[in-house]
Amino acid sequence: MTARSRPPRAGGRTSRLPDRVFRSGSGLFGASVVVILVVLGVQLAVNGDQALSTFGTGFLTGSTWDPVAGIYGALPYIVGTIAAALIAVTLAAPIGILTAIFLAELAPRRLALPLTFAVELLAAIPSVVYGLWGVFVLGPVLHSTVEAWIVDTLGWIPLFAGPTFGIGLFAAGIILAIMILPTIVSISRDVISAVPDSHREAMLALGATRWETVSRAVLPVARSGIAGAVILGLGRALGETMAVTMVIGNGEHIPTSIFSTAQTIASKIATTFNEAQVGLQTSALIALGLVLLVITLTLNVVARFLVWRAAGVSGGGRT
Amino acid sequence: MTAAGASLRPISGPRTPAPGDIARRIQRAGLGRRRGLADRGMRTLALVASLTALVPLGGVLAFVAIKGAAALNLDLLTKGPRALGIGGGALNAIVGTAQMVPLATVIALPVGILGAVYVAEFGGQRSAAVVRFAADVLVGVPSILIGIFVFTFLVLPFRQFNAFAGSVALAVIMVPVVLRTTEEALHLVPASLREASLALGVPVWRTVLSVTLRTGLPGILTGAMLAIARAMGETAPLLFTALGSRLVNVGNFGQPMDALPLFIYRNATQPNAVLNDQAWGAAFLLLLVVLAINVLVRGRSWGRRIG
Amino acid sequence: MTILPSRTKALALAATLLLTACGGGGASTTPTVAPGPTSVASTGPTTPVPPSGNVTLTGAGATFPALLYQVWIEKFATAYSNVQIDYQAIGSGGGIKAITQQTVDFGASDAAMKDSEIAALPAGTKILHVPTALGAVVVTYNVKGADGAALDGLQLDGDNIANIFLGHIKTWNDPAIAANNADIAAKLPATPILVVHRSDGSGTTNAFTTYLDTISTEWHASVGAGKEVKWPVGNGAPGNDGVSAGVKQTDGAVGYVELEYASISGLKSAKVKNAAGKFVAGSVDGVTAAADAIVDKFPADFRQAPIINGAGDTTYPIAAYTYILAYVDQTDATKGQTLVAFLYWALTDGQAEEKAIGYAPLPAAIQAKALAELHQFTTGGTPIWPG
Repeated sequence: MTARSRPPRAGGRTSRLPDRVFRSGSGLFGASVVVILVVLGVQLAVNGDQALSTFGTGFLTGSTWDPVAGIYGALPYIVGTIAAALIAVTLAAPIGILTAIFLAELAPRRLALPLTFAVELLAAIPSVVYGLWGVFVLGPVLHSTVEAWIVDTLGWIPLFAGPTFGIGLFAAGIILAIMILPTIVSISRDVISAVPDSHREAMLALGATRWETVSRAVLPVARSGIAGAVILGLGRALGETMAVTMVIGNGEHIPTSIFSTAQTIASKIATTFNEAQVGLQTSALIALGLVLLVITLTLNVVARFLVWRAAGVSGGGRT
Repeated sequence: MTAAGASLRPISGPRTPAPGDIARRIQRAGLGRRRGLADRGMRTLALVASLTALVPLGGVLAFVAIKGAAALNLDLLTKGPRALGIGGGALNAIVGTAQMVPLATVIALPVGILGAVYVAEFGGQRSAAVVRFAADVLVGVPSILIGIFVFTFLVLPFRQFNAFAGSVALAVIMVPVVLRTTEEALHLVPASLREASLALGVPVWRTVLSVTLRTGLPGILTGAMLAIARAMGETAPLLFTALGSRLVNVGNFGQPMDALPLFIYRNATQPNAVLNDQAWGAAFLLLLVVLAINVLVRGRSWGRRIG
Repeated sequence: MTILPSRTKALALAATLLLTACGGGGASTTPTVAPGPTSVASTGPTTPVPPSGNVTLTGAGATFPALLYQVWIEKFATAYSNVQIDYQAIGSGGGIKAITQQTVDFGASDAAMKDSEIAALPAGTKILHVPTALGAVVVTYNVKGADGAALDGLQLDGDNIANIFLGHIKTWNDPAIAANNADIAAKLPATPILVVHRSDGSGTTNAFTTYLDTISTEWHASVGAGKEVKWPVGNGAPGNDGVSAGVKQTDGAVGYVELEYASISGLKSAKVKNAAGKFVAGSVDGVTAAADAIVDKFPADFRQAPIINGAGDTTYPIAAYTYILAYVDQTDATKGQTLVAFLYWALTDGQAEEKAIGYAPLPAAIQAKALAELHQFTTGGTPIWPG
């Protein structure tokens, strides 16, 4: 673990004017981050208030979003957001955790570093490029292969019923899975690496295999941290905009199957904000944003707490 | 942090047998068939999972490279959009990104670096933790909400979509990244350097600027470049601020301006095959620069890890 | 610059002669192309040209005419290199909103502003609807036939179209569809129908739903007409381009777009049964026939509803005018002069471009009215183009 150094307090010297100015100035910049965050939340709340007070909880439970009649219910978008994110996490968590284990524990160093690097590159690809690829490559491929097969075998379950179009919740979920994979992998890897060697050595001394060491000594300790990594991935999936907007198909109804087209909160805002009528419609969209903010913030805080606690427990991983 | 796991890896050279070897010997001597199978099976599964994680990377890179390179031509780089697409290009987007991202950087770097200086050098436990926490949370805020935020303050009052608002939105996205990476870099600076400087009578502010920041510069640059790469690829915050434009806008930050991600988004969703190809071409350009930055930056720190 | 086709030249001549009759002064027969300093309030009906010096106009609105406007903007910029026009195609609803909020210099919409939208304008202001072109709303589809080849030559009557968009007809081989298509009935596949509609406020939607509202009592009762409606089934996509792209990328999809969008997307369009009982393909001529039939009934405030089920054997049943919306009193003299010059060009030279791009030029009588309308534009109380 890298050593953290704390500067010594300079005592009387900090009373000099240039130092005080510098200190206050940099403090202002530091505070700006907090200010931005707070103002962002407050603005969303203030501007979304009109819609929220008009509809109350009906905003969250109503399934009709009708600008012409002035009725705004966000349920289809909330369901769409959660559904796409769940599909993403269901796909990304197992693959991501296994990859993290491989990279942290099992892979020879020569393989681990390039692989780690490659996974991190996934995070560098802009969302819109994923969307472009999703529309022209993934969508058609899914439509003709995977989706047809799933509907044939599992189509009797309503969740997997057709019709399929290539684009839709499933395609969005897959792209989201690809996008959150690096998050899950890198945080899980950090958490796993932070587990002290003593745990591993004890297991091996008792005659355990490599996998048993991992599954019985390392993972239980890293468990909450890995959960935190997955939740951070989930949070990212909920807020992702561009790639989702391009492949989710803009269906306005509550999705009934994973192949349905849907909208997420982010895609709804992205496609309709600029031409929304000032007043109730804009307020409704901002209220949607507020809902998204609350969900992602909560998940973010919970996840970071879990990761921090896991790091603290194992004695010094990064947050 | 890989140092922790490194001791488990088989290392060549004069050493006592690694715990893994011992374990394997014990295991082979002991019960093992089922456990050995489970071990090998799960290890293979983990390997397969890792390779699976790479398939989309290969897929995206391959398609962008192939279709993008095919779409690259002089028109794409030198002309703005033309009616019905033929003979047109992405000049408006290239010029737009080339202006908005540097402006965003100029805004974000001082804020992020000085904010990190406060957290690392001056802040008490409490305030430093608050700022750090806020930065981490801000990183996780969906970028479209940041677009709404900047829209409310920099577009609505003037009733004018403008590129300045776009740059500010990008800056808001960059600041927490710069802040956190700079803070990490500053923490790596040995306390002894600071103490020496202060002991020599150098004022605190001078110490920070000349000693701490200069020493931490490589890490700060890394963070800055990663933030720039991220800003280049962001679309959502620009949707409600810079809006995008078909015109090539040079220098006029009070008007809408296009950007590479906006260009890609717009042209990918067109039914016109010529415009779709231009989207691939623009994606190629964008990905080239973004990946180059990432490879350069991460490659350097990767190299340091091996060496 | 361009040698005007004689028809347009004659029209321009006729228009200017008409205008000189009331104004009194020297008449020029051809629009001048040289940019030059022109004082805003010029005496006599000289042709409006943009002022010198760089000018940028911003406009936003309908995607319906966007392809046409892009061509116009380019050609106008070739004629007057100091003028840049930035047109954002965000849908008619967005265009009306933008011009109401005065965030753009001109708006564009195929749906004329409703009374409620006019009432929402800033107090004391007035907006002029300047018609620029006519277009057809076609029903476009992307279906792989039962024989593996792309389905072509589909014919649909009003009931079928309504039932498809209501969600009552769910597959392409439905007997109702087969009834319209005797010769290709065997090729109709069992593919499910995916409806693609607009997700944004759209004049194209307005025209299409007005059609459905007219021909289907069920649609009238349950959905109605307007720029935005509560679609019973289907996916939304933004803009004519979004709908075209949505139809193009999904087998079995059907949508409604302006004629030219179907052409440039390589999509087929269905023949629709018109009031005379004939199946007619969307075409410029079919739209012209529809417009000509009701020229006499064109409203004085230019707010013409979509032309549905027009009389005539060759008439295409879903046609719509598209408008540019601008404030009568232009606060910025330079921009106002440029705008009037552009509109003048659009109503004269620009009309010649339309047929090639899949839009119908204005009927002569409407063109004359629109040109006359341009005289109403003022800046600070003074007419920009006195007539």
